[in-house]
Amino acid sequence: MNDFRDLYQEMILDHYRSPRNFGPLESQNLSARGYNPLCGDEVELHLYRDGDGILRDISFEGCGCAISTASASILSEVLKGRPENEVRGIFEEFHKMITEEGTAPEGEGLAKLKVFSGVKNFPVRVKCATLVWHTLIQALNEKEEEVCTE
Amino acid sequence: MNRQSHTDEPGGTSLDLATVRSLFPCLQQQIHGNPLVYLDSAATTQKPISVLEAMDGYYREYCSNIHRGIHTLSERATAKYEDVRNKVAALLRAPDPRSVVFTSGTTEAINLVARTIGRERVGSGDEVLISAMEHHANIVPWQMLCEEQGATLRVIPCSDEGDLILDDLVDLISEKTRIVAIGHVSNAIGTVNDIKRIIHSAREMGALTVVDAAQSVPHMNIDVEDLGCDFLAFSGHKVYGPTGSGVLWGRLELLEAMKPWQGGGDMIRTVSFEKTTYADVPLKFEAGTPDIAAVIGLGAALDFVNEIGLDAIYAHEKELLDEAVAKLDQVSGVQIVGRPNQRASSISFVLDGVHPHDVGTILDQKGVAVRAGHHCAMPLMKRFGLVATIRASFGVYSESEDVDSLVEAIDEVKVIFR
Repeated sequence: MNDFRDLYQEMILDHYRSPRNFGPLESQNLSARGYNPLCGDEVELHLYRDGDGILRDISFEGCGCAISTASASILSEVLKGRPENEVRGIFEEFHKMITEEGTAPEGEGLAKLKVFSGVKNFPVRVKCATLVWHTLIQALNEKEEEVCTE
Repeated sequence: MNRQSHTDEPGGTSLDLATVRSLFPCLQQQIHGNPLVYLDSAATTQKPISVLEAMDGYYREYCSNIHRGIHTLSERATAKYEDVRNKVAALLRAPDPRSVVFTSGTTEAINLVARTIGRERVGSGDEVLISAMEHHANIVPWQMLCEEQGATLRVIPCSDEGDLILDDLVDLISEKTRIVAIGHVSNAIGTVNDIKRIIHSAREMGALTVVDAAQSVPHMNIDVEDLGCDFLAFSGHKVYGPTGSGVLWGRLELLEAMKPWQGGGDMIRTVSFEKTTYADVPLKFEAGTPDIAAVIGLGAALDFVNEIGLDAIYAHEKELLDEAVAKLDQVSGVQIVGRPNQRASSISFVLDGVHPHDVGTILDQKGVAVRAGHHCAMPLMKRFGLVATIRASFGVYSESEDVDSLVEAIDEVKVIFR
């Protein structure tokens, strides 16, 4: 039996109640929107990528459920200050962790991502955890169209 | 509504619930270590063993194609299939079984109307009227039709209580209104709409009327003559039958005048490369081999429903809905969405500070199956300023203990999210 307490860990609930980096971003030079039609959740991600490809600032607006909100909030914290190439690698590891037998992304400052490892046991919630990540990649690729999980 | 009079009769519930529940194999299981509490019958009902046996019997004993075989098995299958048409006509108090067209479900039935008589009747500058609480299946086909024909889609508004506002109906229905398509019972918030009044106003203006009865047929007696509608659609899988079975009932003279929808086998009388003549109704609208097993399963489902009686089912479910509303009102943080004058099938609610999706996940872990989302009624969700709700919906097998399990599981959600 999968205990839902593995899914709703304290850190996730904390980021749901008080999301970090929530709101518009004045310095934004990249952004994208993501949408999950299953639950109606929407996220808008704002990025400031400098000339060296480093994500200097990240913020988000929208979201809905605890998993998607916490995922956006934690993403904004742990990816800030990292180069774009590294961020893409982290997403691949994160995706593996919640969909197959992958381990949590390794590296300094990435430990928080491990709280989402419980999502693996709740397949219908994988899209909630990954919505903001797909939106991030869309922003980095400078694609205009909204990301949709379906 | 006259429905009320049966239900308020004392002792209206004559249901032997333990026996009824024992007829549903799928209910007899544990989910994550807890007994299944199935509160998602508005999405699809569970199937009684008689339905499973009827479908199995077709495949094991007389599997064959219908309407064309000269052999015994085909004769048996054809007779069974056509007998279901009689059962559907009886269910809807329709005088002529030829007015019953089998479809894959409500969605296909509504699309059939929109694509045939809809295209003929609705032209540039005309209007199609629906309501604010329609399921997407009764919005999108009309929207597509209006876009194609240059017509306008208009909407009967909904009050904060979750009832349609019918005071301004005379302004909404005019000689421009060619079709009025209304859901009988809201799948999202459980409102029973006063469709008789709407149909009456529509007919006075010469508009065609289409009733989406997907959420009413499983819960109450329907009389198409009394309603006065032109078309009525429902899905077999929401009335204890299999997926893939559905019905479009239409006025015989309209069906007869309508052009076919899809071309193929079974819907023809003669075919040559120069000209095809079509079969009579209803076969004109049933091109190709239908889902024979599903239709036969639907027949068994209607037998099941008739044996208990829709009056008894309505009374039983009304009691549970009233109990659930009262108990949910006692739970702090729960807000029920909509307080309609008359309710059937469903209750929608939200829980303060917790997204419906999270509520749904935790309820599932306690064995409680509900729907969390927009219920294919996004415009209605928007009307209430929501993106999603939690919906508990009931069936003949639902019991008081289900309501208690729901409330206990919500308390658990509140502990996690406190």
